[in-house]
Amino acid sequence: MSRPSDLRHAASDGEELVLDPIACVGHGLCAELLPERIVLDDWGYPMVEPSVPSALHGHAVRTVKACPALALKLRRTASQR
Amino acid sequence: MSGRLLTGLTRSGPLALDRHVATHGPLPDSGSELIAEVLAAGLRGRGGAGFPAGVKLAAVAEGTRPVVIVNGTEGEPMSAKDRSLLKRTPHLVLDGAIAAARAVGAREVFVCASAQANTVVAAALAEREHAGRRAQPRFTLLPRADGYVAGEETAVLAHLEGRPPRPRVTPPRPAQQGYHGRPTLVQNVETLAHLALIARHGAAWFRELGTEDRPGSTLLTVSGAVRTPGVYEVPSGIALDEVVHLAGGAIEPARALLVGGYFGAWVSGEGRGLALDDVALRPHGAAVGAGVVVVLGESACAVAETARLTAYLAAESAGQCGPCVNGLGALAGAVERLATGRAASDDGERLVRWIEMVRRRGACAHPDGAARMLTSANRLFGSELAEHARRGPCARCAVASALVLPAVGASLQRAAA
Repeated sequence: MSRPSDLRHAASDGEELVLDPIACVGHGLCAELLPERIVLDDWGYPMVEPSVPSALHGHAVRTVKACPALALKLRRTASQR
Repeated sequence: MSGRLLTGLTRSGPLALDRHVATHGPLPDSGSELIAEVLAAGLRGRGGAGFPAGVKLAAVAEGTRPVVIVNGTEGEPMSAKDRSLLKRTPHLVLDGAIAAARAVGAREVFVCASAQANTVVAAALAEREHAGRRAQPRFTLLPRADGYVAGEETAVLAHLEGRPPRPRVTPPRPAQQGYHGRPTLVQNVETLAHLALIARHGAAWFRELGTEDRPGSTLLTVSGAVRTPGVYEVPSGIALDEVVHLAGGAIEPARALLVGGYFGAWVSGEGRGLALDDVALRPHGAAVGAGVVVVLGESACAVAETARLTAYLAAESAGQCGPCVNGLGALAGAVERLATGRAASDDGERLVRWIEMVRRRGACAHPDGAARMLTSANRLFGSELAEHARRGPCARCAVASALVLPAVGASLQRAAA
């Protein structure tokens, strides 16, 4: 549910990446931008390790914004809600 | 067949309203307090996922203007229990839907089932009106959509809203945002029939049968190499060999049993002392699922059957998620090559790699189901698979399929085309 404007205010701890597998069409940019958390499967679709440590917050935000399909989101983890 | 849900049934046709009331007694005038009773009863959803029905009811009851959907889609080809209930004891399902609607505060109920089943349900509703029972809540009957994943609850919502019957990403769950955004209880037909009896007899009565994890009775659809295939009501947790015995016994030694459904798992034909309960089945990678039990006899080839199943599941992908479309297609190709002796040297390794690669990668659990079935096949039939990869099809490969029904052949041909 996060929009980019929300993300700036999000705590960098307790965040996770959420992929919409229906929206994703496998552009693969995310794996280029955030190889620490995203690798592509044998068919070019991202496999996402959801946890985002604070050190990767900026990279994660940039990756989310770069997705041409708007399939990737960053949200606070449920425990913080 | 005796039991709870199937009690009082005549030899054919639906149980008439007066017979229904004589058999089960009238439906008590319950409200939201039924939710606590269903929670105490520990009733699990009988559509396949086994989600606690009471938890769902409670979530829907929190919202405003909720809707109830009776899910009789039954897209699983080996399952016949839901249509059997609708056709043979429609009033019990209607009672369950009414009790559920009252519990969550819904005034509208949709029934989504086959045209044949809907005809019986419509007659049952007319019977009630005739008997002077004003239909409250209001019922609307709609024909189900075709397809393996069409019964998944968000796919049912899409279908009822006039869109293609494909699952969507959750959350939001239908309980929060369902039919046209309203909180929606999507409940399987059998689940509602059990609920109708819990409303009458309570949680303690419900728990007199079954296990701690899966209380009550369960409807099973038993097929394959048994003398009398059909729908049977059993105490949950019954041993698999008792199930085979109930279905008239095996007509030949069993090589393996498919438990749950096409999305289920193969268990060894020797391990039949196994209890039909998720806790007992978990170490075997299996679950009760939709209550399907298929006995695969020794005359059939387990490898060929697995290849057909995989091709079917790949063809039945909703086509939305890349890892499902591509992954199940790739898996079907690999299994087909292994089964026919045309495999590349690394197809065996790729099979294992791709099974892991498709898990939890879809909007719905369809790829997970295929992965579950293939994991069990690889474990149980691994040596036969290797044998096929080396030598090509065996003599039994040509035997007509015990599993993939004639009606399914059409979509298999579609997959092959």
